[in-house]
Amino acid sequence: MNPRLLPYILILPVTLFLCLFFLYPFVLVAQQAFSNGSGFTLTNFRDVTEHWKFPISLKNTFLLALAVVPIQLALSLLMATMVTKMKKGRDLILYIWTIPLGISDLAAGIIWLAIFEQSGFLNSMMGGLGLIDSPTNFLSYQSPVMVFVAIMLAEIWRATAIMLVILVAGIGLIPKEYYEAGEVFGATPWQRFLKITLPMLRPSLQTALVLRVILAFEVFAVVQALGGTLFPVLMGETYAYQFELLNGGAAAAIALIILAISITFTLIIMRALRVPKGATI
Amino acid sequence: MTAATTDVVDPGQDTRKAGRYVYITAVVLLCAWVLVPLYFLLINTLSSPEAVNSYPKSFIPEFDLGSLTFFAGFEGILTALKNSILVAALTMVMSILIGAPAGYALSRFEFRGKELFRLLILLTRAFPLPLLALPLAVMFIRTGIDDTVFGLALVHTTLAIPFAVLITFSLFSGIPIELEEAAWTLGCNRVTAFQKVILPLVLPGITASAIFAFVISWNEVFAAAVLTIENRTLTAFLLQNLDTSPLHLKFAGGFILVVPALIFIFAVRKYLFAMWGIANR
Amino acid sequence: MAVIEIKNVAKRFGDYQALHDINLTIEDQEFMVLLGASGCGKSTLLRIICGLETASEGEVWIGGKRVDHLQPKDRGIAMVFQNYAVFPHLTVFENIGFGLRMQKMGNDEVKRRVERTAGLMHIEQLLDRYSGELSGGQRQRVAVARALAMEPDVILMDEPLSNLDALLRMEMRAELKGVLAESNTTAIYVTHDQVEAMSMADRISVMHEGKIVQAASPIEVYRNPAAEFVAGFIGNPPMNFLEATSHGGGKFSVAGHSFDGPDAANSNLQFAIRPEDMTLSEDGFPAVAKVVEPLGAHLLVTCELDGKLFRAILDSEMQVKPGQTLKLAPMPDRIRWFDPSTTLAVA
Ligand SMILES: Nc1ncnc2c1ncn2[C@@H]1O[C@H](COP(=O)(O)OP(=O)(O)OP(=O)(O)O)[C@@H](O)[C@H]1O
Ligand SMILES: [Mg+2]
Repeated sequence: MNPRLLPYILILPVTLFLCLFFLYPFVLVAQQAFSNGSGFTLTNFRDVTEHWKFPISLKNTFLLALAVVPIQLALSLLMATMVTKMKKGRDLILYIWTIPLGISDLAAGIIWLAIFEQSGFLNSMMGGLGLIDSPTNFLSYQSPVMVFVAIMLAEIWRATAIMLVILVAGIGLIPKEYYEAGEVFGATPWQRFLKITLPMLRPSLQTALVLRVILAFEVFAVVQALGGTLFPVLMGETYAYQFELLNGGAAAAIALIILAISITFTLIIMRALRVPKGATI
Repeated sequence: MTAATTDVVDPGQDTRKAGRYVYITAVVLLCAWVLVPLYFLLINTLSSPEAVNSYPKSFIPEFDLGSLTFFAGFEGILTALKNSILVAALTMVMSILIGAPAGYALSRFEFRGKELFRLLILLTRAFPLPLLALPLAVMFIRTGIDDTVFGLALVHTTLAIPFAVLITFSLFSGIPIELEEAAWTLGCNRVTAFQKVILPLVLPGITASAIFAFVISWNEVFAAAVLTIENRTLTAFLLQNLDTSPLHLKFAGGFILVVPALIFIFAVRKYLFAMWGIANR
Repeated sequence: MAVIEIKNVAKRFGDYQALHDINLTIEDQEFMVLLGASGCGKSTLLRIICGLETASEGEVWIGGKRVDHLQPKDRGIAMVFQNYAVFPHLTVFENIGFGLRMQKMGNDEVKRRVERTAGLMHIEQLLDRYSGELSGGQRQRVAVARALAMEPDVILMDEPLSNLDALLRMEMRAELKGVLAESNTTAIYVTHDQVEAMSMADRISVMHEGKIVQAASPIEVYRNPAAEFVAGFIGNPPMNFLEATSHGGGKFSVAGHSFDGPDAANSNLQFAIRPEDMTLSEDGFPAVAKVVEPLGAHLLVTCELDGKLFRAILDSEMQVKPGQTLKLAPMPDRIRWFDPSTTLAVA
């Protein structure tokens, strides 16, 4: 066998697989979104964007991402720097903090449902402290703010771990000499964080943010578990079009809109955090 | 001057001590933030259905298996559990079998189109993949694998493959090529050298990434809900019955979803960071 | 019979040419040392002979058979890697026996050979350890033992003793040489260490920028360097060079003194002399001592002569002070001449 062919033989299965189950369906989504059986059309897009729920779900999705991602970024940076300084119990703490990584959004939604539902732990706690007389239903249309807060907390709880893992791995790659040099030159811990950790962490920050933002626009099951139809989001609309309204074309159109938003934000993040060539470790 | 300074208590020590307390408190609080919601879920799972639906809640589990028994006896839930395990196991096997050779090729060979291939992989990772479930549903109906465990496993494999490729890529890159070359000079061909030298060295890492693939599939909600009707997975089953199922069923289901994830994250915790460290670049 | 013939081998990595038109024959049972500065292509040449790298041009023959298209395992070669490549998941015993097991050799024979080679390398007490529990030098010896255990026709060694302390290295050097001579193995041995090269080699090939500049016996390389590079590379300190201005008819003037040089040469040459090939004499070069370094057996004096550094090795009993002028006379039969346009030696 020609050894030059070997790498191609090795990547062939993945390539075929991705062509069949990634590129091809992608083309199909695009086709379905832009056609109505007879040819090219934008009706699907017009239909979905003109639907009264569209602006709300778009707004909700963005609002959620806007509220959740910065907090997660700060929290994961804080946690990551905290574990790097840790000597005893580092492994245990890291394990605890990364637990949510393995928990699905649906399970996370259910977990926070246990807290926020009418007979749930939040009500029990407030009742126990004598703050309220009877349990209130937080997750109802009367308290949209509480619904939002519940979803936000569940999202922060669930998806900070993935950023944490990426950042901890990234910090692990920064050579210790830089910190030692910083210390020798008299930089305070805060200065070291700003001048060494943050800039050196840019590739990891990039990955973490891109991944997180993409996932934020795909938010679905948490919302479904906690808010149901009270808090419409884009992905939920896709699901609804597909199953409740049996309108594949419209579902595909929303899917493409989500994709466009994801790509836009990916590009923005990559650009904002781009690493100059030759400036890597 | 010197006398005065010796009298003053070193202020640095006090702030340092205070800083230490703040630090420890923060670590404890963050651990509580992760663990307490899980504890609430545990209470609900280990309580009788009546207790789960009552108010106020006790903050100690009553160790009643009523909810879990109800869960086990619920129509269709055990099949769903079985389906979840099957899909996840299939995903695990397929993603490693297909992904690992490509990871090996990326780490060992320079070949034309390598960059393009990496781009394809990264693109897959940065894409809201569950969206592709929509056209795939159509495709699967045409080929007759709609609503099957295998069909869903294919989609989940697409989801897991970029991780499998990147993780195995970093695993293989961590093994010096000289080891393989030494084996060649000692009478091995490519295949036996791989078997005798590379495989034993990467096996723990491969297992970790296989488990990661399992978790990805186990947790996936959207594609599972779109692609299965009769053969629901646990996530799809719970999602579909969110509006109608009683609270104790939701919590028991959530608990069953969480447990394997906890175990798996524990199993792969050592590799989690190494996996992301190199896969980032 | 394992003669190694390297015919017109060249190697390019993209635009970078690592080896240029290498021609070299290593006789059966010969001990050939490849000597050269870091990055000159020694490892690359070794890897091509071994089959780990394919040559961009040229042929490799081993034992009268062209091997370019054979896999490493089919070339009858064992190799010691520059960075050891000891398998981390196997014990030292299993590492040394790895190749033998691949040949499906019986347990007893494997055990016998492993113990024997481990004994030779003084690692018999480490047989149960894993590579993570070994020092760099111990790992290196495992790598050598693993190659020796194969009892190959040809053994290629890439700086196999570089991590040992001076004493152990000297001991290993002798033993290795003995073992290889006894087993009739053809050996190619890469090293940076001139002393090692001198003491072990049947022949030395000096490499420079991807070319073999000279391949000859150690004493020949030392006494009659074929090129300025070899003269300036071999010997510690290396040869001294001075400008020689031609007066025609083989007459040259060097730092104000006249010498008889090669007859045919009518252009300016480089005059070269080893630091130890000088005597103190009234008609010698007047050199001003700058640095005086007592080295135990000798006295190394770095002087200035003709605007250049000029080193002399003198008797350790000599009393030399910086600033003192020494009269250094080169021994006539030790003077060598190089043509600056080709950098090659002229007789
Ligand atoms: N795979 C490769 N790709 C590109 N260049 C290479 C490769 N391998 C070696 N080179 C280059 O070829 C030249 C010769 O390398 P080689 O490893 O043979 O040197 P060496 O003589 O063994 O040096 P050392 O004594 O430091 O081991 C070097 O300049 C090196 O950078
Ligand atoms: Mg080398």
